[in-house]
Amino acid sequence: MESYKFICIECPIGCNLTVEKNGEELTVLGNTCKRGEMYAKLEVISPKRVITTIMRTEDGKIIAVKTDKPVSKTKMFEYVEQIKSKRVKSGAKIGDVLIENIEEGANVIATSNPY
Amino acid sequence: MRNIDLAIIGGGPAGLAAAISAYDNGIKNIVIFEREDKLGGILNQCIHNGFGLTRFKESLTGPEYANRFIDGVLERIIEVLKETTVLEITKDKLITAINSEDGVFQVEAKAIILAMGCRERSKGALNIAGTRPAGIFSAGTAQKYVNIKGYMPGKKVVILGSGDIGLIMARRMTLEGAEVKAVFELMPYSSGLKRNIAQCLDDFNIPLYLSHTITKIEGKERVTGIVVSEVDENKKPIKGTEKHFDCDTVLFSVGLIPENELSKTASVELSPRSKGAIVDETRETNVSGIFACGNVLQVHDLVDFVSEEAEIAGKSASNYILNGKENSETVSVKEGKNVLYVLPQKLNVNADNTKIFFRVTNTLKDVTIKAESGGEVIFSRKKKVAVPGEMETVLLSKEKISALKGEVVISAEVE
Ligand SMILES: Cc1cc2nc3c(=O)[nH]c(=O)nc-3n(C[C@H](O)[C@H](O)[C@H](O)COP(=O)(O)OP(=O)(O)OC[C@H]3O[C@@H](n4cnc5c(N)ncnc54)[C@H](O)[C@@H]3O)c2cc1C
Ligand code: SF4
Repeated sequence: MESYKFICIECPIGCNLTVEKNGEELTVLGNTCKRGEMYAKLEVISPKRVITTIMRTEDGKIIAVKTDKPVSKTKMFEYVEQIKSKRVKSGAKIGDVLIENIEEGANVIATSNPY
Repeated sequence: MRNIDLAIIGGGPAGLAAAISAYDNGIKNIVIFEREDKLGGILNQCIHNGFGLTRFKESLTGPEYANRFIDGVLERIIEVLKETTVLEITKDKLITAINSEDGVFQVEAKAIILAMGCRERSKGALNIAGTRPAGIFSAGTAQKYVNIKGYMPGKKVVILGSGDIGLIMARRMTLEGAEVKAVFELMPYSSGLKRNIAQCLDDFNIPLYLSHTITKIEGKERVTGIVVSEVDENKKPIKGTEKHFDCDTVLFSVGLIPENELSKTASVELSPRSKGAIVDETRETNVSGIFACGNVLQVHDLVDFVSEEAEIAGKSASNYILNGKENSETVSVKEGKNVLYVLPQKLNVNADNTKIFFRVTNTLKDVTIKAESGGEVIFSRKKKVAVPGEMETVLLSKEKISALKGEVVISAEVE
């Protein structure tokens, strides 16, 4: 049996999680809620994170962005490069999808209006 | 001179939520004064996610969280004066402000809500040997450069202080291509949230050195390196533990302090412990009709609580404007063992159910959080750990408050 220990990042409480892996079976300990259990399992199988960064618009303004779903942790740097290399239309506004499917099922969306 | 019902100083999350709450409680003649060119306060530069979990049950970024409240203000057509700095307020609620259109002007309000937020402490930067080369920033200033202006303050970075803003910037600058070498914390514990240690440091293998401080900054024009030492229990550097790190940038993240210069001009009494105004549960200060909320009152960890507190202040200010001052008896709330500050510091005996917020002075294991009054324990709760970085609460019911005979003392005791 393998065991993994880490901190849950799903909310400010930050529970100390332990995942015990018995073959394919995962048992989560230390979580206070369901969210934590889901996070723990995923963290063992394929860790994912939400990326937040900024992009530039065609007219040189800045717009804050995020991935609307967590994406592979190991690909974070690659995605940040990809996001930064693109220019956003100047009329973009908060909530707009700026890059579709940067990873299966995850889009990059605007989290602010251009400034 | 213009007369208004309610003046709100500051258009950050506290000012916005206070305005919406006052409006919904029947006060329409409101003006929000904001010195920047946009609403949202410091949240505009906090582009990371994790805001709003308590309030909206989803993880928003700072600007997204702010936007929900900005929309609320716009929908209600509440007047906002942007790029307008309030210079002075008096205890008679006369406000002096300045902007480029009107110059210096005055407004008289029936009630005022202070919502000016906080600024970063710079104290930690003072006692370090070496000249002052370029490349030394507060973490918040670096956050502004990277997220608002879009440029990087440096390539090889060390961070002094493990506050959340420093941790968030460690990740942010790493993702933007900088090499963040280490975070040094003077205390034996981190002042940041555990999740930020996990997702901002551990994820990128950035080491956190507890009980360490920077003793020397090297470089003439630009920072070229630093020397750090381990510190003893009295926070004094231990000889022989010096380590050298190459870097071109040093960020300080040594805490926030309420911005109360204006409160002083209005004779608002401040607490030396919380560094904000002394208030009752309605968030009214010692000056009748002047209320305070958000980081100007106490430095909050979570913006969700800022909004909650601002709504209390907004509602109280509207009650004050509509019904005048209710004179009721008050009892004080005091800091007991291991408690750094409490808020509110006063309770009206006719108060509704009230949450008392407080912070502990140091990390405590297996603690009993207690409220005592007149020799009796009126609230008690056990907790595995309490840390200074996280605000704690004690809930007192209306019944308990009305039965109070003297001051309430909040303590955190270890068996
Ligand atoms: C650099 C920094 C980074 C932070 N990062 C985080 C974070 O990542 N997560 C988190 O939960 N919290 C963070 N905080 C805490 C955050 O400030 C609060 O959660 C929240 O923004 C407080 O809201 P507020 O409205 O009280 O203050 P603020 O957001 O600071 O808003 C105060 C507003 O008042 C205006 N103002 C001040 N004085 C005047 C004047 N005289 N006249 C007119 N307007 C005035 C300011 O321009 C500002 O817009 C951070 C704080 C700082 C300083
Ligand atoms: S397990 Fe639940 S309560 Fe604990 S940190 Fe994760 S999300 Fe928060």
